[in-house]
Amino acid sequence: MMKQTIAFNHRLALRARASCVGPKEGKGPLGWCFDRVLKDDLLGQATWELAESEMLRQTVSLCLERGGLMPDQLELLASGDLLNQLMPSCFMARALGRPFMGLYGACSTFVEAMILCGVMIDGGYRNNAVCAASSHFCTAERQFRSPLELGTQRPPSAQWTATAAGAALMDTAKAPAAARLTHGTLGRVIDYEVTDANHMGAAMAPAVADTILAHFEDTGRDFRDYDRVITGDLGWIGRNLLRELLRERGVAVADEKLADCGASLFSQEQDPHAGGSGCGCVASVSCGYVLRKIEEGAWERVLLVASGALLSPTSSQQGQSIPGIAYAAALEADG
Amino acid sequence: MSKTLKDPTHRRYNRMVKAMTPGSNYLQGYARAFWVGGLICAVGQLLSLFGEKILGLPEGSDAMFTSIALIFLGVLLTGLGVYDDIGRYAGAGSIVPITGFANSMASPAIEFRREGLVLGVGAKLFTVAGPVLVYGLSASIAAGVIYWLMGRLS
Repeated sequence: MMKQTIAFNHRLALRARASCVGPKEGKGPLGWCFDRVLKDDLLGQATWELAESEMLRQTVSLCLERGGLMPDQLELLASGDLLNQLMPSCFMARALGRPFMGLYGACSTFVEAMILCGVMIDGGYRNNAVCAASSHFCTAERQFRSPLELGTQRPPSAQWTATAAGAALMDTAKAPAAARLTHGTLGRVIDYEVTDANHMGAAMAPAVADTILAHFEDTGRDFRDYDRVITGDLGWIGRNLLRELLRERGVAVADEKLADCGASLFSQEQDPHAGGSGCGCVASVSCGYVLRKIEEGAWERVLLVASGALLSPTSSQQGQSIPGIAYAAALEADG
Repeated sequence: MSKTLKDPTHRRYNRMVKAMTPGSNYLQGYARAFWVGGLICAVGQLLSLFGEKILGLPEGSDAMFTSIALIFLGVLLTGLGVYDDIGRYAGAGSIVPITGFANSMASPAIEFRREGLVLGVGAKLFTVAGPVLVYGLSASIAAGVIYWLMGRLS
């Protein structure tokens, strides 16, 4: 029995993927790789929350369409977002009317959902499942920070919540797929007593280091076994902190092997401060970029490590430090 | 981060975070706040002169006219979606003048309009300005009491 890692017994094919991002994300360095770039981040809806839900619904629908699955054939929908009581995910699930599990792991939600889907299918309880996640700059701002039109400054360590959604369809069908999920490593909640809510990269980096090291210990693998280890969303500062934490534990990693979703989604010129964040950041970068790279044969094996800062406005206001968590998924080219 | 942490690993990590996090560029921040804040004040002065010389407002009314006009401009620029960009650039330069106060009232009003006029706008209107008002008024009452006491003693 491995401490934190699940090695799946069956071949879990990632059959289809879909991603959608907002206008600012579309202008970023990865803008080319997303299925859809929104022109209007309100999507013609009455509120930002409904807009996020609609963006997620469209992304999941596109994913099902790509996978050749009728919506009523879907057996599990595992999804999450950043909002209170998961409004975008629940309203999306209401529209789709399929078996649903709502998850909260902050920015780590997408990989948490992917592992859950893997377990359900590997155990033979479901034949197919979709994992999805979304975030929206305008909904996150109003819940976690201040009104959009308020003229304030943010410190350089703050991250920019991405307007984005991603969805991946998993099944066990024989037909060749682009990638498959081989391992999932569950995270522990780690808190190094960082209290600055404007420095989530610093709060999450220890959790990411912990999960990566647990994954290596459980599987006997190390950085050499992976073409890329992709974290999310540590941002530029958090990524440097992670490298330092790993170095302290005697694990050296080459610069080009370590990538971060939050540090890749935006360019520094777009002024996202320390990088992107939000459930949709990892979800869209995984579905738009990472799985595409595996599909194209550029990467053989990737470890996707999504991290979440488990703070709430209440916990911050009560002066509590920020607990972090990270889930890892080992993805391989299918063949 | 100012309090001393008991766990040595956490302490060391927080030191590392501090060392690896770039600070705000204060000199640039001061310069931007100075010229934008100064510009807003200059606009206020022009409005005051306009009220006094052109409109012929009586003594004291020109100041009220200036405040009202600046509040109007602050709300208008917030509604047009410009004031947050100014704020991102100028920081305190656009927060401190009365236009910043107008922005702090108008932005929640816009933001929470979708939750309704009562539980949205009504309840959230003062989310940003509320603390400033509470402690600003408290401080002015305290100052008033001290002033009154000093008058009594002399």
